[in-house]
Amino acid sequence: MPDALTLSDLHVYHGDICAVRGLDMSCAEGAVTALLGRNGAGKTTTLSAIAGLLGTRQGHVELFGKALGGRKPEAICKLGVGLVPQGRRIFPSLTVQEHLAIAFRRPRHAAERVYDVAAMETLFPRLKERRRQLAGSMSGGEQQMLAIARALVTNPRVLLLDEPAEGLAQQIVAEVAEAISELKRAGLSILLVEHNLPLALRLADTCVILSSGEVVWRGAPHILANDSDLMAQHLGVH
Amino acid sequence: MTFWVSQSLNSLALGGLLFMLASGFSLIFGLMRVANLAHGALFMLGAYLGLAAVKAGLGFWAAALTSALLVGLLGGVMERTLLRRLAGRTLPQVLLTLGIAFIIADACLMLWGGDPMRLPAPPELSGAVRIGDAVFPRYRVFVIVASAAIALALWLLMERTRAGAMIRAAVDDVGMAQAIGISSSTLFTAVFCLGTALAGLGGVIGGPILSVYPSLDQDMLPLALLVVILGGAGSLAGAFVGAYAIGFIYTFGQVLVPDLAYVILFLPMVAVLSVAPQGLFGRRLG
Repeated sequence: MPDALTLSDLHVYHGDICAVRGLDMSCAEGAVTALLGRNGAGKTTTLSAIAGLLGTRQGHVELFGKALGGRKPEAICKLGVGLVPQGRRIFPSLTVQEHLAIAFRRPRHAAERVYDVAAMETLFPRLKERRRQLAGSMSGGEQQMLAIARALVTNPRVLLLDEPAEGLAQQIVAEVAEAISELKRAGLSILLVEHNLPLALRLADTCVILSSGEVVWRGAPHILANDSDLMAQHLGVH
Repeated sequence: MTFWVSQSLNSLALGGLLFMLASGFSLIFGLMRVANLAHGALFMLGAYLGLAAVKAGLGFWAAALTSALLVGLLGGVMERTLLRRLAGRTLPQVLLTLGIAFIIADACLMLWGGDPMRLPAPPELSGAVRIGDAVFPRYRVFVIVASAAIALALWLLMERTRAGAMIRAAVDDVGMAQAIGISSSTLFTAVFCLGTALAGLGGVIGGPILSVYPSLDQDMLPLALLVVILGGAGSLAGAFVGAYAIGFIYTFGQVLVPDLAYVILFLPMVAVLSVAPQGLFGRRLG
């Protein structure tokens, strides 16, 4: 399979602090790649840098072979990167309907499927019920679904998911996880950051572990799941 | 009774003018976090340009439109060529817009002199109307209606169109708006043009009431700032409520207790800020 997303020698700084140092990794097309690691390992920083929200000082990001470096976030979105950010970052003063209306963009490439409002209401029936509600007044789970739907209607070629299960009730986590599985079955390439390890292991095809901004391990989820030393050392799981 | 009715109508007229000035200021501040201190000067420039256009033989309405367009264009140029370079740097932005305000004020003084001038109301709106026992200039009634219509149009633009939803999204979280493909650069320029054009239009419409004179900008800017502080930055509803509140407080303060007019103007602001620092309708802007 060709690579959907390739990061090579990526360095990202917060001010003078280097949060990601020389990251090399790739995400295969149509697969879920899980980016794991402790808090502060550089996972969110990496996703923000791919989406263009943080500047990179060194290294390259390529989307299906096209360089993204130095472009504005809106240009990166139009090229096909969809971001579901940490903390959801929905627009409190917009309704569900408005979120999807302003984000919707027809796919630039001949795509098998188009994610439009109707498709989102099928994927997340709750959003259909909440169509006219202000997003700021919705529950955390509904906001998370909206954040995913908002990224999907930009019809991305790669979806960046930053902690989609964070702070959600068990039942909602199950709903969100089911939706992600469905996107995976539909062939969407996904880069997932998730602290809920069982969930990440269940969804992922490949895992990459970061520590202090560097890759310390990569491999298949079932290998990671059976390596308790590795999990204890880099993920704090005992 | 007559006194209360006619002063209330005066308050509504002033409130309407303040809304035209403050809504643009507030939208710009909410979207770009730029406190455009040139806004009062652009209001005054609008009034002078309107006057010049009328003197050049244009009708009042054509003059108002021309002036709004020219001031909006100037605002767009300001944003594209100057403010853009200072994105995210509050103090340099404040100094820049203040400097622009001085330049505009001096240019007006140079071009049109220091004497107050009257911008004639359009002939079809001259004369007076009777409201109960009160006799009230017809033009002021027009100002009340026109500013309410502009408020309604702005509200429809912001709440009922896709472009308005994009502006609100960018006010909420500009980085996230960019990340879903909204071009903040285009949006910033468009909102700056719109906001400054409204100030210019407000200047022409206010001209026949306030008259046109060199320190008009310094009289209007503090009132606009008060409106925004009271109502909350970035909120159209806040600008609306704040503008009419200040319109009433200022008008009645000046007639009832002229010595304390400014105290009465600033007291409610102090009260609101101590209870709701982000203003009546404002959210905490990051």
